[in-house]
Amino acid sequence: MDRPPVVAIVDYGLGNLFSVGQACEHAGLQPTLASDAPALLKADAVILPGVGAFGDAMESLHRLDLTGPLKDTAAAGRPLIGICLGLQLLMSESHEFGRHAGLGLIAGSVVRFDKPQGPDRMLKVPEVGWNRIHRPPMAAGAPGARATERTGHQAELSAGGPGAPRAASAPSDDAQPGASDPWAGSLLEGLTEGEYMYFVHSFYAKPDAPGVALSVSTYGGIEFCSAVRQGSLCAFQFHPERSGAQGLRIYSNLAARLGVPPEKPL
Amino acid sequence: MSPRIIPKLDIKGPNLVKGIHLEGLRVLGKPECFARHYYETGADELIYMDAVASLYGRNSLLEIVERTSREIFIPLTVGGGLRSLDDIRSALRAGADKVAINTAALQRPELIREASRRFGSSTIVISIEAMKLSDGSYEAYVNAGRDRTGVDAFEWALRACELGAGELLVTSIRQEGTGTGYDLALTRRIAESVPIPVIACGGAGKLSDIAAIVRDARADAVCLASMLHYGAIKRRPVTAGNFSREGNIEFLRQGLGFSRIQDCSLPEIKQYLLQCGMDCRVDTEQALWSPEPETELQALTPSLQAAG
Repeated sequence: MDRPPVVAIVDYGLGNLFSVGQACEHAGLQPTLASDAPALLKADAVILPGVGAFGDAMESLHRLDLTGPLKDTAAAGRPLIGICLGLQLLMSESHEFGRHAGLGLIAGSVVRFDKPQGPDRMLKVPEVGWNRIHRPPMAAGAPGARATERTGHQAELSAGGPGAPRAASAPSDDAQPGASDPWAGSLLEGLTEGEYMYFVHSFYAKPDAPGVALSVSTYGGIEFCSAVRQGSLCAFQFHPERSGAQGLRIYSNLAARLGVPPEKPL
Repeated sequence: MSPRIIPKLDIKGPNLVKGIHLEGLRVLGKPECFARHYYETGADELIYMDAVASLYGRNSLLEIVERTSREIFIPLTVGGGLRSLDDIRSALRAGADKVAINTAALQRPELIREASRRFGSSTIVISIEAMKLSDGSYEAYVNAGRDRTGVDAFEWALRACELGAGELLVTSIRQEGTGTGYDLALTRRIAESVPIPVIACGGAGKLSDIAAIVRDARADAVCLASMLHYGAIKRRPVTAGNFSREGNIEFLRQGLGFSRIQDCSLPEIKQYLLQCGMDCRVDTEQALWSPEPETELQALTPSLQAAG
């Protein structure tokens, strides 16, 4: 290929764009900061990062006239990847400091962690640190979060003890191998069930349609949607660019989808 | 909850250094080499702290940050001598994910509010260097543990939260570099009184200190320096590129360092915490990383043998 695929990183004044750019380069992609419509529309893929408050972020996107181009990107079927707040912005609305309308690309809302309870203490909000991502349960009747009474944590501990190999300690019952594997063909392809990713968030998305959830995680007994996928949209509550080698794999998957040869990034 | 294990790299000029009570800095090598080694062996985050920046009102760290952030893909916190929103912006532009602020925040607490509004709370770590006084109270110090402020450390912790701090990095000056264990009382009192994560720092000398500060003192994350640095120096082949020509590495390699401090590697720490029944992040690729020879591991951690 003559040139690496161009990934527009939406620059609206929030988020560590530098580390997202580094991860793109690592995967053989050409990152470019984009703060206007033309830059967004000519890119091969768009990444919407974000740190901070939902309301401020939407205000910035409106002020820069970027909400239209973001919706156009999704409508055109070009990859649009949300990270952290960037996932939450894709939703219909957020309950952070009042109600704010989001981009509305995915039906659902954004809510705050309500008293996450660890085995021996109340957990902190925001959640800051590494947490496992799992394939969503197939019989996902209840969308969004539900209290699991820490069963996830206990299940992990009882599956051969905490020192047992990772593969054995992951709740693989929920994983659907083969053709029905929800991660096959997604940006999470090739990741180990129960892999750790780096999170920093007080809020999480509750998509209306359970099928939108690409991964789920549990914090203090609260199961939440940690990645979503809908058409060419894919978004992560965690930071793949800060999640070590496994996080970089997500960028490599994006690069592969955009035509960068595997194993031999440009 | 997985407690984060965070190597803390104190930096002076181009060198990684380590002192005791934040004083008497000894040169250990090039910070980027240690950072890469810790990234590859499973560090959950890294902290770079310019050890003397606020004393001289300068920050020589940014070039090192820029080089490091190109090759490590975990969160990097940078602190030392950051005084203004512009300083913070420069650190973030150089590749830091978060900044740690002590002196400037105590001098002008509103900086916390301004910085968290501008860059997001999660980006702003307030570093509290607490000195235990003879009456049992704790006072917040500034300028790398050298100057008093008259501010009570616990009151300051609450105030910093109200102003928008995203995390607190709590260092016990008295314990720092001594290997005599973290200050459990200090950490627990702050960790239980604030709604945001607390990173415990200062005093780790053996594996059980790490388990204690997480389990008994409710720390959300722990900082380690001497244990890991000494471990890395002992285990890594010394090539010209790894280490500075300054300082006396040979001193440490021959085990003539601080005998109270049990040197170790990140995989050993994580293995130990798992054996203690604590959750711990192990990267699948790092799980393939070959551990130290068993004999050495057992010699390091006699308690593991008892548990097994």
